[in-house]
Amino acid sequence: MHLNEQTITQLAPLLQARKLSSVELTRSVLERIRALEPRVRAYLSVMETQALHMAEEADRRFKRGENVTPLTGIPVALKDNLCTQGWPTTCASKILQNFVPPYDATVVARLKDAGAVFVGKTNLDEFAMGSSTENSAFQVTANPWDLERVPGGSSGGSAAAVAADECIAALGSDTGGSIRQPAGFCGVVGLKPTYGRVSRYGLVAFASSLDQIGPFGKTVADCALVMNCIAGRDPADSTSASVAVPDYASALRADVKGLRIGVPKEYFVEGLSREVETAVRGAVARLAELGAEAVEISLPHTPYAVATYYLCAPAEASSNLARYDGVHYGYRAADQDNIIDMYTRTRHDGFGTEVKRRIMLGTYALSAGYYDAYYLKALKVRTLIKRDFEQAFELCDVIATPTSPTPAFRAGEKTGDPIQMYLSDIFTISANLAGIPAISLPCGFAQNGGHPLPIGLQLIAPVFREDTLFRVAHTYEQATDFHKKKPTL
Amino acid sequence: MELEPVIGFEVHSELKTKTKVFCGCKNAFGDPPNTNVCPVCLGMPGVLPVLNRRAFELALRTAIALHCEISERTTFDRKNYYYPDLPKNYQISQQYAVLGRRGYLEIEINGQTRRVGINNVHLEEDAGKNVHPETAGARYSLVDLNRAGVPLLEIVSEPDIRSRDEAEAYMHGLRSLLQYCDASDCKMQEGSLRYELNISMRRPGDPLPDYRVEVKNLASMKSVLRALDYEIRRQTRLLEEGRKPARETALWDDAAGETRTMRSKEGAQDYRYFPEPDLVEVHIDRAWMERARAELPELQHQRCKRFVEQLGLPEYDARILTQSRPLADYFEAAVRLHNNPKAISNWIMTELLRVLGEEVEPDDLKVRPSHLARLVGMIDSGAISGKIAKQVFPDMLETGRMPDEIVREKGLVQISDTSALESVVAEVIAENPDVAEDYRAGKDKALGRLVGQAMKKTRGQANPQLLNELLRKTLRGE
Ligand SMILES: [Zn+2]
Repeated sequence: MHLNEQTITQLAPLLQARKLSSVELTRSVLERIRALEPRVRAYLSVMETQALHMAEEADRRFKRGENVTPLTGIPVALKDNLCTQGWPTTCASKILQNFVPPYDATVVARLKDAGAVFVGKTNLDEFAMGSSTENSAFQVTANPWDLERVPGGSSGGSAAAVAADECIAALGSDTGGSIRQPAGFCGVVGLKPTYGRVSRYGLVAFASSLDQIGPFGKTVADCALVMNCIAGRDPADSTSASVAVPDYASALRADVKGLRIGVPKEYFVEGLSREVETAVRGAVARLAELGAEAVEISLPHTPYAVATYYLCAPAEASSNLARYDGVHYGYRAADQDNIIDMYTRTRHDGFGTEVKRRIMLGTYALSAGYYDAYYLKALKVRTLIKRDFEQAFELCDVIATPTSPTPAFRAGEKTGDPIQMYLSDIFTISANLAGIPAISLPCGFAQNGGHPLPIGLQLIAPVFREDTLFRVAHTYEQATDFHKKKPTL
Repeated sequence: MELEPVIGFEVHSELKTKTKVFCGCKNAFGDPPNTNVCPVCLGMPGVLPVLNRRAFELALRTAIALHCEISERTTFDRKNYYYPDLPKNYQISQQYAVLGRRGYLEIEINGQTRRVGINNVHLEEDAGKNVHPETAGARYSLVDLNRAGVPLLEIVSEPDIRSRDEAEAYMHGLRSLLQYCDASDCKMQEGSLRYELNISMRRPGDPLPDYRVEVKNLASMKSVLRALDYEIRRQTRLLEEGRKPARETALWDDAAGETRTMRSKEGAQDYRYFPEPDLVEVHIDRAWMERARAELPELQHQRCKRFVEQLGLPEYDARILTQSRPLADYFEAAVRLHNNPKAISNWIMTELLRVLGEEVEPDDLKVRPSHLARLVGMIDSGAISGKIAKQVFPDMLETGRMPDEIVREKGLVQISDTSALESVVAEVIAENPDVAEDYRAGKDKALGRLVGQAMKKTRGQANPQLLNELLRKTLRGE
């Protein structure tokens, strides 16, 4: 097995025992990137020189035996909406094409402190708005399992990079499923933590009350190790929680005895692919064999989740994206006659179609006369959805659902129909609205000629119970081989 | 047609904190452009605000001093509008669960106390400043963001004010209250206190008019009053002609002495307020509330009472001295150094109030409380006479030198040395034998003429009491 194909769990002991250097490991990742990027296009920028410098620094840490963590020397990819000091952070938008932040996102700073190696910034739907990474202003990323298909989105670049072994682990952000859906499509593990578990400082905001940063890994254990590094209170983010962070690695027990797995009937409805349903039901059965108890539950407000999300998220986005006006930084249209002209042309040329659509949706939802009917009503439904989960968690410890209704779809298949695109997040949106943690992990494959497509199992837990997710997901992973299968590239 | 004005105020006051309201940048006036800035107040991508607790406490204190009902859970909202001096293109403010509501400010009009209702008090962030080049045809403007993110307290009154005098009393009263709360410098010339006016006219007893004119760009209290006079005249004329003034927002043009329409009702902006998702609600629990009440500084009426009861000042003096906190502080600082409250009060009221005003604060004076205390001390010890003190004072005002120094330099020290005065007394009696005789014959007034002569000889430096005493003794042959 090539170095770049391995996991943190496998690599960390080798690095620490100095049987392997971070420079060697980083080189193998960079080689893989060079070989595959023409086809996969997961990265918007590769930090080759910087990565090798960071690797050398990691090797010095091993040599001195100081500040060594499980992430020291591990090549990691960052979604390009996470601010990196001195390195472009574009959000895959023309409007931030040349923006270089003078600061690191808190998660980036934490990874740096841990000695992780940054190999590059990954592609995304512009400002994380989309479900296929096709809304990037710069490139379309391919699904490593079938290059004709999308990797999902918005963190499609990070998911594809992990799936194609173009990095060991990656960070993404999840506002309505943007980590879990691409993790499912690409056959890797992706976690959206509890809202407030990970600092949002330096994550370019899409919808502030829904955004969370989370890890992509090749295994559940790798995600737990990354979470150990990035989770926790940050004074720079008022919404980050002061709740103590447990050691997630110690939650990785292969044991689900006595745990109740809730299966919401509202998630197994029309539009759900037969193969996905079979795989997910199979996963629940497997967990039952392993000692868990499957119980049917109800989340009655599920049908309203997508509509609620498409009021809340665009409303916040319309305000969050107002700052990109050409005045202070970023793209500015040339030859303006006056300030209004400058604003209009900068934003007209700088934003892509989907971003403009959501800005308009959100502006409308917040406008005088519509605020009560749309935004406020959406907030109320959001509360009801949250309550659904609270009630459900009285009957179960974790909820199991499909991550998305279908496996990865073809590039271009849904770009003309925003509603169809929005519905690909139908199972992931509720966890963001409720602020609860959810993970996606491989649970099977759909037939697709010579290119089988991964199917994702989503597990959802109560607030701050990432440990429960890790426990159940790890147990399932240990009992199955889906995560071991690699795409043929 | 008998009409009365219906006036309300929106007052913005920058809070006196070391740092800005949502970041750690310095809150300072007059620094070089864009030096007190960071990614947060520059509104860069991905940054987040963190509430400055000190700013919040000053806002809370002011809301309590204004007798507001305090929201137990207060939240922030975003006010969305595009302007180059507003880097995020939204202002973090409060709209739905504001800090304080339904308060009042007491003002005094013709010896009677009136309450002006306070609709709400809320905390927000200030914007930066656009700087337009003076070069003709320049195709650019500059932005200075030093002020962006400075904590701003907005105090919105009810339309309870009914005259120019009440408006003036309200402005003075609010300014004084903000100073007593130690919440703001209230320097209008630096923009730390800004008034906006809304005004309409009605027949007394009628319901509130269905229009109102908001006036912005008022740089001083004087401008506010001029704008008020102008609008009262303009609206009265329109109404008398049977026309209704338009509902609009207007800018005051101080040079032209008139208001100009900025936008009409149709052009009213929709700020699309919604809850700020980047900040959490502030929960003011009972303990915090009690602490805030306990820590409320002494307010004007309390201080006035104390000046009367403890320092023995006449009510009139105490009132005037406590009208502004800096003046009251100035007075008390001087009294602490020399315990003669009434004399110090007299000096402040006769000599200092002449030079103080909207532009000149006690802090700006070169004569510090220590100087004034020393001056009164010298009079009280007999080192100089009150007359000499009056001669010395203009010099002190101008140069900020200690009175001792000026007295010494000008040779104005009072002659309190008996032997030095004895010879003068002998000379004066010898030179005015008939006046001396008149005194001996029982004409007490004659003594005054002799004192005058002696003063002349000593160029006014003789200690008057001592001189009197010596003359009397010598004439009586004691
Ligand atoms: Zn700042």
